[in-house]
Amino acid sequence: MKANLFNTWYNSVLTVLIVTVLFLTVKPALVWAFSAADWSPITSNLKLFLAGQYPLDQMWRVGVSVLIFSTVFGVAWGVWGGVARNFALLIAIGLGALAFAPLSLDDLGLQARVWIIANPVAVVLGHQIHRTPLAASRWVIIWALASFVLVLAVLRGVPGVPWLPEVPTGAWGGLLLTFLLALVGIVASFPLGVLLALGRRSNLPVLKGLCVLFIELVRGVPLVSLLFMTQVIVPLFLPEDLRLDRVLRALFAITLFSSAYMAENIRGGLQSVPQGQVEAARALGLGGAHTMLFIVLPQALRAVIPAIVGQFISLFKDTSLVVTVGLLDVLGIGKSIVLGNVEWVGSQREVYIFIALLFWVFTYSMSYTSRKLESALGVGKR
Amino acid sequence: MAEDQARQDQDRNGQADGMIVFRDVHKWFGDFHVLKGVNINIERGEVVVVFGPSGSGKSTFIRTINRLEEYQRGQIVVDGVELTHDIRHIETVRRDVGMVFQSFNLFPHLTVMQNITLAPSKVRKLPRKDAEVAAMELLERVGIPEQAQKYPAELSGGQQQRVAIARALAMRPKVMLFDEPTSALDPEMIKEVLDVMGELASSGMTMIVVTHEMGFAKEVAHRLVMFDDGNIIEAGTPDQIFENPQQERTKLFLSQIL
Repeated sequence: MKANLFNTWYNSVLTVLIVTVLFLTVKPALVWAFSAADWSPITSNLKLFLAGQYPLDQMWRVGVSVLIFSTVFGVAWGVWGGVARNFALLIAIGLGALAFAPLSLDDLGLQARVWIIANPVAVVLGHQIHRTPLAASRWVIIWALASFVLVLAVLRGVPGVPWLPEVPTGAWGGLLLTFLLALVGIVASFPLGVLLALGRRSNLPVLKGLCVLFIELVRGVPLVSLLFMTQVIVPLFLPEDLRLDRVLRALFAITLFSSAYMAENIRGGLQSVPQGQVEAARALGLGGAHTMLFIVLPQALRAVIPAIVGQFISLFKDTSLVVTVGLLDVLGIGKSIVLGNVEWVGSQREVYIFIALLFWVFTYSMSYTSRKLESALGVGKR
Repeated sequence: MAEDQARQDQDRNGQADGMIVFRDVHKWFGDFHVLKGVNINIERGEVVVVFGPSGSGKSTFIRTINRLEEYQRGQIVVDGVELTHDIRHIETVRRDVGMVFQSFNLFPHLTVMQNITLAPSKVRKLPRKDAEVAAMELLERVGIPEQAQKYPAELSGGQQQRVAIARALAMRPKVMLFDEPTSALDPEMIKEVLDVMGELASSGMTMIVVTHEMGFAKEVAHRLVMFDDGNIIEAGTPDQIFENPQQERTKLFLSQIL
């Protein structure tokens, strides 16, 4: 410590100066956060932040959905360990602590606490998979994809099943909507981006032209204008009786927008793969599709992991722009709480800080995963 | 004169039996005339060493055999299959022709084992177990079975090139092409690669080797082919070429590299 902070006289001066500045800024911030700040607009509206206008008597379906995701992390922990274990433990401990949080029963009811405490149990149960013969990567992936469909069905409702009545997506909000937009956006824009990147490198002039046109058009306009276009203009082209869901239209815009950027990132990766790799694959008799799938794409994608994850992070944050077309994601909920309720006037600071923290936790998790993924895949890299 | 020589070769060997037959093959890179009417007939089991100054077209010549390079005029027939624009013909030929590159071109994201088994399991649809057993046999043959689970970057240059040879052999090719296989290697690693190639030659493999390793040529090759300015200017047994070269150009070139 002495060698790092006080090795020369000007380093000593800098150290003292920085410590003073930190003391002068951090201390009042902490004092404010723990004494002056009024966090009640958050604690009293936990349900709104979680699920927006989702019907109160159907909230058990949100509980089930969270449980399903918890088991996915538990299963991933059981099979992979490593990063998956860290996330699983974070979920188990975090939610375990929340269940016993010193909040009034009005804010966080007994029933909700039971739902929450079930999550650590689900994580541990999922983890037990390592004792069974199902402990293989493909089962994690199958379960993750299946749970995605399952959760959508549970939240949206299944026609003809009386105990799962339809909850229109218009009623979804808060973190639920943010996650829906981000997850579907990521899962859909990635393969679309790969296809666009391949199309842009194609030898077929028409295909190549179309891909270039799409990428340049979409990249050239702000996301907000795309959101407006899909909300206002797309319905004009559709038949009268076919009314696309508003959330679906927003998803459409987000996916298209993100895939254009994704395509350019991936194209950069494709260009970084040396020509010799393709020649070696061809010389072995591998066809075009096999060469792309097993030789070029794996190398291209790992070269651009940082850029791809950066794109995912910015997509996650960009979902809050759906507020402009009247959807209440977690930021929209915060805004409506601050502006819409006399009781909470003047609590902007607390609400926005809380939302910023929420976003940070999730985006930091993504960049943490990306770093771990890079070092795990870096094996044998030349 | 050069063409006469090539034609004599062809007449002597007969056209029908050749493993690889070049008839008046021309290639241009834009305006640059790289191959100027190459004729050669290579027999089954023959080992041909190709040499010549850089830019003489020898690398392009060897790369036209599995169509990593197209040609614009003439005819190339590999084991009875003519190389045309038809992708099925090209892939048939590529399955039967293995290639080893100067810069190894191993797949860096796959282990040694995966490098070797990928093509047999995807192209020849070999079950994974069988492909792995065959791969281990090949690794034994090139002398590095203990490296099977490593990544290419963890191996020395000589070991990487031996893996590349094993990878090409895994497709059970009828012909092996070597494009300056030892040029990127440190001197002490050249021998281990040449030894593997020598063993391969004595097993009866048809081989075409672009190299300036004249010791290897003298010992292993059946025929030496001198390229200059886009064509074969002289061909003959090692004895003929080393003891009694007919062309001034060949004499000069050999005196520079020996």
